[in-house]
Amino acid sequence: MMLPRRTTLLGGAALATLGVAGTARAQLTIDMTRPSFEPVPIAIVDFKGDAVGAQMAGVIRNNLQNCGLFRVIPSSAYIQKDVDATSPPRFQDWRSVGAAGLVVGQVTSVGGSIKVDFRLWDVVTSQQATGLSFTSQPSNWRRLAHIISDAIYKRVTGEEGYFDTRVAYVSETGPGNNRTKRIAIMDQDGANNRYLTDGKTIALTPRFSPTLQEIVYMAYGENNGPPRVYLQNVDSGRRELLGNFPGMSFAPRFSPDGTKVVMSIAENGRTNIYEMDVRGRQLRRLTNSPAIDTSPCFSADGSQIVFNSDRGGAQQLYVMSAGGGGERRISFGDGRYATPVWSPRGDFIAFTKIGSGGFGIGVMRSDGSGERMLASGFLVEGPTWAPNGRVLMFFRQQPSSGGRAGSASLHQIDITGRFERQVPTPTDASDPAWSPLIPQ
Amino acid sequence: MSMIKALSALAAMFLIAACSNNDTQTASAATTTVTPGSVGDFRQNVGDRVFFDTDSSTVREDGRQTLNRQAEWLKKYGNYQITIEGHCDERGTREYNLALGERRANAARQYLIAQGIPAARLKTVSYGKERPDPVGSDEAAWARNRRAVTALE
Repeated sequence: MMLPRRTTLLGGAALATLGVAGTARAQLTIDMTRPSFEPVPIAIVDFKGDAVGAQMAGVIRNNLQNCGLFRVIPSSAYIQKDVDATSPPRFQDWRSVGAAGLVVGQVTSVGGSIKVDFRLWDVVTSQQATGLSFTSQPSNWRRLAHIISDAIYKRVTGEEGYFDTRVAYVSETGPGNNRTKRIAIMDQDGANNRYLTDGKTIALTPRFSPTLQEIVYMAYGENNGPPRVYLQNVDSGRRELLGNFPGMSFAPRFSPDGTKVVMSIAENGRTNIYEMDVRGRQLRRLTNSPAIDTSPCFSADGSQIVFNSDRGGAQQLYVMSAGGGGERRISFGDGRYATPVWSPRGDFIAFTKIGSGGFGIGVMRSDGSGERMLASGFLVEGPTWAPNGRVLMFFRQQPSSGGRAGSASLHQIDITGRFERQVPTPTDASDPAWSPLIPQ
Repeated sequence: MSMIKALSALAAMFLIAACSNNDTQTASAATTTVTPGSVGDFRQNVGDRVFFDTDSSTVREDGRQTLNRQAEWLKKYGNYQITIEGHCDERGTREYNLALGERRANAARQYLIAQGIPAARLKTVSYGKERPDPVGSDEAAWARNRRAVTALE
């Protein structure tokens, strides 16, 4: 894939004096960590110059509306119907429809490539807020729309975006007592869905490498073969067994630098945590208890590992040094705690909590304090972080009834718990794994 | 009076229908002749599964009786290789349940070894909560799903 070349569009600053509306209430910035705020009203005009321009604008509208921080103004409300991508818009027309921001763009064919210019206008101050130019293969138009969405998100929130990412997950089909579970991958918005395993055996718990091109997951062998951990390149499809260990190996996860995989190995009723060096394939044991130690996850800086264990009775969260040792419990609330996942920013640990009333998804600070529940239900499980550490994805499963499996679906929620949204998938879906930003 | 009779007759019909529905498996099994020493014989006359309490891998008294029968039968028919499958109900997380299922399979395996079945004949695998039988989200279904199943080949 030819990656987009980007250039910053300058020149907007010169237009800054075209009249400032100091009294407008709406602003083009948002602090998403505040307990309450109004979504930013934004207008996104179809990009001009090529039919793909309207599709690109559609992708951007969808991204911004779905993230919960923006209110996309419908194009039927626009007063200025024809907006040039290079000269300033009639700001008063956009203030009249309540917009704080206006996105315009131009698509130009250059040989076999497309050139895309986009600008975000701050309607409140009549200034260009940001502007970028890209040249890429025409087939990359969706990625360009995601990269532009990320640029808008970053300008407005001050946080990195997460739209130019992918999600691996478990696709579930077939009868409840014999579900086909295969690893699938799609763009963050549900586009470009495809399958990475054939479904002949159950495959579960995909996890992305921080270098993106690879995932690790667990799959059963043929003919009742025990679960093993596999490493697979998501672009080439090439897959290899990470190691042939006694017992069963599962719950894999990469270290932040991608050089190691932590996982559980269960043998003779004991489940312990191991670390494997991906290149040298050296296996090293990190815990040694008669309990169930599983779902290990590295801290963002790679110095610690959080996991869940029933060593004290019920499942709780523990943190230890990355090399093993120094284990200490960090969860102390009512109920059982499971599937801890350290935020890529290092500030929070997301988890699944099982109480008498059902399941919940929550976050706590990495020392275990400040627990907050974000979502709950009959069965919610498996949080995964967007690369900016501000949004989570997880799955919900409905109760089974009449011998039919309850439906399972992916959901996205921000860390304030305000906006939950179902992520569209072609089949039932579980175990989401969010990729890092795709390298440009 | 005749109305009441008709109603009670109707109720009786429903009862019969309900019974035959519930007992379909037992009824059809009873009428099928199974060859002694076959997998069908094992499932029907010995019992291929034992059940566990919530989040527990302790073999209960009813489970010990089933495993005692299994051990006796497996000694008699020594040609089978055995895989014990551990399973869980859906009220746990996926990874924890894979581990808990392994613990249950291992508990059943250790019990059979103690009854004299050679360890080399006994493999284990865990399906966690991935293969429910029956499919259901009530206490009755969960109780049947917390199981170790002795599979023969």
